[in-house]
Amino acid sequence: MSSIAQKKGFGATIWDYMTTVDHKKIAILYLISGGFFFLVGGLEAMLIRIQLMKAGNDFLSAGTYNEVMTMHGTTMIFLAAMPLLLAFMNAVMPLQIGARDVAFPFLNSLGFWLFLFGGIFLNLSWFMGGAPDAGWTNYASLAIASEGHGIDFYALGLTISGFGTLIAGINFVVTIINMRAPGMTYMRMPLFTWTTFVASVLIIFAFPPLTVGIFFMVFDRMFGANFFDVTMGGNTIIWEHLFWIFGHPEVYILVLPAFGIFSEIFAIFSRKRLFGYTALVFATILIGFYGFMVWAHHMFTVGLGPTANAVFALATMAIAVPTGIKIFNWLLTIWGGSITFTTPMIYAIAFIPSFVAGGVTGVMQAIAPLDYQLHDSYFIVAHFHYVIVGGVVLAILAGTHLYWPKMFGTMLNEKLGKWTFWFFFIGFHLTFFIQHFLGLMGMPRRVYTFVGDQGWDLYNAISSVGALFMAIGVIIMLVNVIMTTVKNERVGNDPWGDGRTLEWAIPSPPPFYNFAQTPLVRGLDSYWIEKMEGNKKGMTFAEPLGDIHMPNNSFIPVVISLGLFIASFGALYHLDGDKPWALPVLIIGLAITFISMLVRSLKDDLGFHITKAELLEDQKRGETDGSK
Amino acid sequence: MVNGLKKWRLFALLSALLVFLAGCGQKEISTLIPAGEVAADQFNLLILSSAVMLFVIVVVVIIYVLALVKFRRSKLGDELIPEQVEGSSRLEFIWTAVPIVLLLILAVPTVYSTFDLADISTMDVEAEEGDGMTNLTVNVTGKLYWWEFEYPEYGIVTAQELVVPTDERVYFNLIAADVKHSFWIPSIGGKLDVNPENVNTFYLTFDQESSELDDGVFYGKCAELCGPSHALMDFKVKTMNAEDFDQWVAAMQEEEPAPVEGDLAQQGEELFGADGAGCIACHATSGTGTSGAVGPNLATFGDRNRVAGYLEHDEENLKNWISDPQEYKPGNLMPDDETLNGGEPFSDQELDALAAYLMGLTVEE
Amino acid sequence: MDLNKQYTPRTWPDHPETATMEGKNKFVGFWLLLAAETVTFASLFATYLALKDKGPSGMELSASQLFELPLVFAMTMILLTSSLTSVYAMYHMKNHNFKAMQAWLGITVLLGATFLGLEIYEFNHYVHLGFGYTHSAFSAAFYTLVGTHGAHVLFGLCWFIALMLRNAKRGLNTYNAPKFFLVSLYWHFIDVVWVFIFTVVYLMGVIG
Repeated sequence: MSSIAQKKGFGATIWDYMTTVDHKKIAILYLISGGFFFLVGGLEAMLIRIQLMKAGNDFLSAGTYNEVMTMHGTTMIFLAAMPLLLAFMNAVMPLQIGARDVAFPFLNSLGFWLFLFGGIFLNLSWFMGGAPDAGWTNYASLAIASEGHGIDFYALGLTISGFGTLIAGINFVVTIINMRAPGMTYMRMPLFTWTTFVASVLIIFAFPPLTVGIFFMVFDRMFGANFFDVTMGGNTIIWEHLFWIFGHPEVYILVLPAFGIFSEIFAIFSRKRLFGYTALVFATILIGFYGFMVWAHHMFTVGLGPTANAVFALATMAIAVPTGIKIFNWLLTIWGGSITFTTPMIYAIAFIPSFVAGGVTGVMQAIAPLDYQLHDSYFIVAHFHYVIVGGVVLAILAGTHLYWPKMFGTMLNEKLGKWTFWFFFIGFHLTFFIQHFLGLMGMPRRVYTFVGDQGWDLYNAISSVGALFMAIGVIIMLVNVIMTTVKNERVGNDPWGDGRTLEWAIPSPPPFYNFAQTPLVRGLDSYWIEKMEGNKKGMTFAEPLGDIHMPNNSFIPVVISLGLFIASFGALYHLDGDKPWALPVLIIGLAITFISMLVRSLKDDLGFHITKAELLEDQKRGETDGSK
Repeated sequence: MVNGLKKWRLFALLSALLVFLAGCGQKEISTLIPAGEVAADQFNLLILSSAVMLFVIVVVVIIYVLALVKFRRSKLGDELIPEQVEGSSRLEFIWTAVPIVLLLILAVPTVYSTFDLADISTMDVEAEEGDGMTNLTVNVTGKLYWWEFEYPEYGIVTAQELVVPTDERVYFNLIAADVKHSFWIPSIGGKLDVNPENVNTFYLTFDQESSELDDGVFYGKCAELCGPSHALMDFKVKTMNAEDFDQWVAAMQEEEPAPVEGDLAQQGEELFGADGAGCIACHATSGTGTSGAVGPNLATFGDRNRVAGYLEHDEENLKNWISDPQEYKPGNLMPDDETLNGGEPFSDQELDALAAYLMGLTVEE
Repeated sequence: MDLNKQYTPRTWPDHPETATMEGKNKFVGFWLLLAAETVTFASLFATYLALKDKGPSGMELSASQLFELPLVFAMTMILLTSSLTSVYAMYHMKNHNFKAMQAWLGITVLLGATFLGLEIYEFNHYVHLGFGYTHSAFSAAFYTLVGTHGAHVLFGLCWFIALMLRNAKRGLNTYNAPKFFLVSLYWHFIDVVWVFIFTVVYLMGVIG
């Protein structure tokens, strides 16, 4: 941590984080808030499993169960998995390409605050008259019929946080296109950067259809539009299409960065270059491209007709090919390497069989006629948890251990990390493997209870025990985080010892300007090349030491987001018709947002310069710090 | 350092446990024990795809285990810097081509079966030479949270318990009256959504008479979240041979229901009628008619297998249900007992009467 | 970056909009935003086509009865012309002729405002025919598609005006040149979307 930050008091630190435009601090904000929502979503998962522990349980009422189930899915996808991945993208990607920051530091901050306020808004529904209860897919006919404000919280909350994600996506793409260090050609970019790039492009194309669909729903519920009202000529299938045109790419938005994290881990802890780097890159692009061609496989049972079903079935199967390419390239990466079983690496090793299992059940569901049986049963629940937990969550946990030293300058405890792993991994398979069979035995998903003696009792009980194991794993991880933070043993640039890419060539955590001198990249795995050539500095520089231009901190992102947050309450309660204060609140909120946008637009903000003298001094201090 | 072998022992133990546990479920509802041609086709696809996928898993696991055993740093020494291999275009070709071949093996039956299962061209074809009747069609309406089954050719309608003949194709027209549902009889065939805006049509074949089952019926499910009681939107399927089915239809078609026997039941009939609690306003007790009722048709209530689709079929549950429908199916549209009975709950005697009457409503001898 | 640096047409860069790193970033980022906008409008168009002429049973108003081409054609020409005038403005921006740029931007804004006025008149006319927002699924889809475009026009106008006023006194530099460039890019995008609306909604609506 830089000496300037250490001197700050608590209030000043909070203010610093609220106004920061530094990608590394924004990463920490994403990590904390995403982690918080992950715990909330996990708690909801536990409630679900307690309710389904035995037949006819009355732990949760039917309505409450639907709320918990809806919020579990929504929270985990939008408020936990995505932000946690955005945390790693923010923390690592600019370092990997040798940039001093992202292309739009201000927008980076705005994206975070929009996400956070959207997420808080959505979760406030619990305390303000009921959470959404139509499933995370929020299918139109049920959502329109749903009483109370739950669905409005869903719609407005996701709109706000969706804008944040879209902004983040645009920002990352521009960063990768424009901000790469000299010599960092596209085909020298680390795989995590590549997957960030493709996932960000997917965000740009996938989020607008969701926003449009949500707006239709808002208009239907608030202004009496008739998009989904069948009696007025509306059509609820439109929602399903728009949702899944977003929803399927969303799976890849989540899983591609996960692939990226695992690609880094395999290479680092096998001490070996990624096998088939080019193939991995093209497979990533291909998966991203196919991601938009297959949305209707979520709708095989809707009645789109055999031609549509057959076409989408074949397109879906095709995705298995690039995914298979990735799996085999990873296997060949560890093949012939020197494997060390650190915590991130055992997550990566566990990921392969877990994700393969999720992948093959995906192909089974691509077989449209077979999917008529599997769709909306517990089989699909098992499948997507194998993909999301076995792929994405394992990657997030692995990434947390891998990048913790880079983000905080201290290592998470390896022993506790492995305890977390074993509890989580065993619990995960215990919970979800058996759900495949529940589905095949005819148990539909999203049921708040089930009648006993249908052959489902034992399996549901086992599944619930597994969930408990996962919870224990997460708790151990929390203990680990607290212990590590208290101990705070500082580490050097490359704490794992086998780092290959640029982020491991600079201090942990990096100074706020990242690179005092922009590096010159001479090949794939830049830092590894320098290390092998015996370069003590870890980098070849592309420029002499000179002044660095940095952006100013700004509080405006918080204000813009807060304005939308306030306006959302106005919009939501305006619907009731008996609350005269609602409309003013809506207008005030929007005014706050637009005025602060205008201020941002009209006020010149040219940033500041760090002088060469300051850099030299900082470097000297760094050397004395590092010597202990 | 983690011992890789220990992990594998654990894996093996886990899978052995699962194989041991993995029965096939119950005949009434499991897709793994198909009792109809459609489910059998789908089951075959399941077996085929599982086999292909198992092959993939085996290949991956072999490479994976070998790599983890052979290339551990504890074995190779800390100092070793492995050769930095770039890749191999031959290997890339192999693991692109082989999956494509495997997928083609799956693709052919997929496409064939997709079109085959959607083939409803014989729907309006005469079933038997000369009798003027077409293949059996059932119009299914999904409602919060019950199912209505109309047999347009016979002019009869029933609810909650689908009755169909074995060994012939039965066509289903599905539509939702309120929100979206999905019609699923797992052991007979895959599901099809019940949309509010359009009629979806498909067919199923029932190969086994339900009387052979332990419970006497196949179980049907709603498979699309439709509100609080989605989990309880069950229906039952009674399958019988063509002869029995014709008898059932004939009994249903009788305009005059059989006279109610017994004092208690007659009291119940009065209470049920327009001069009593007015149940009849929503619940018809005659099997003739068309779909579109507010509440389930009760003409076959005495023959049913369950109360409210999922409770044991006895008077106790029936009385409980009438006293407090929201307790048993939250969010359903049946008014509570006080609304029905002029502001007061039904007395025990009234409940007994209603139960006696309803349990006597039967078309099967 | 030095805001006080004075440029002459001679020292003014060939591509002032991408002369700085910030300019380059904005340029690429804005194109990506337009990509997202394209998907937004594609979703709206698809929905409109699915819901065209759909309403409660017995609905009388349909696209072919409702739309009248002369007015819409005039609107189209006005918006296309405004796109052209914004091109002139950008031509002068690249030649570092600030006054001419402001003048052409002013004309662009006037044309855009005229377009918006006519659109409001058109909507008002439909509402008086009984074709309100809640009339049917068709009306909801129509107003949402065309109205979203209208909202974009309004936003573009505000953006133009804000930039013109903010920079009226200080002239062009490499800090604000990208901003002028982006708003004109945005204006072209709005124009292209309108061409699609004119074709898909109005022409195809009147024909059948």
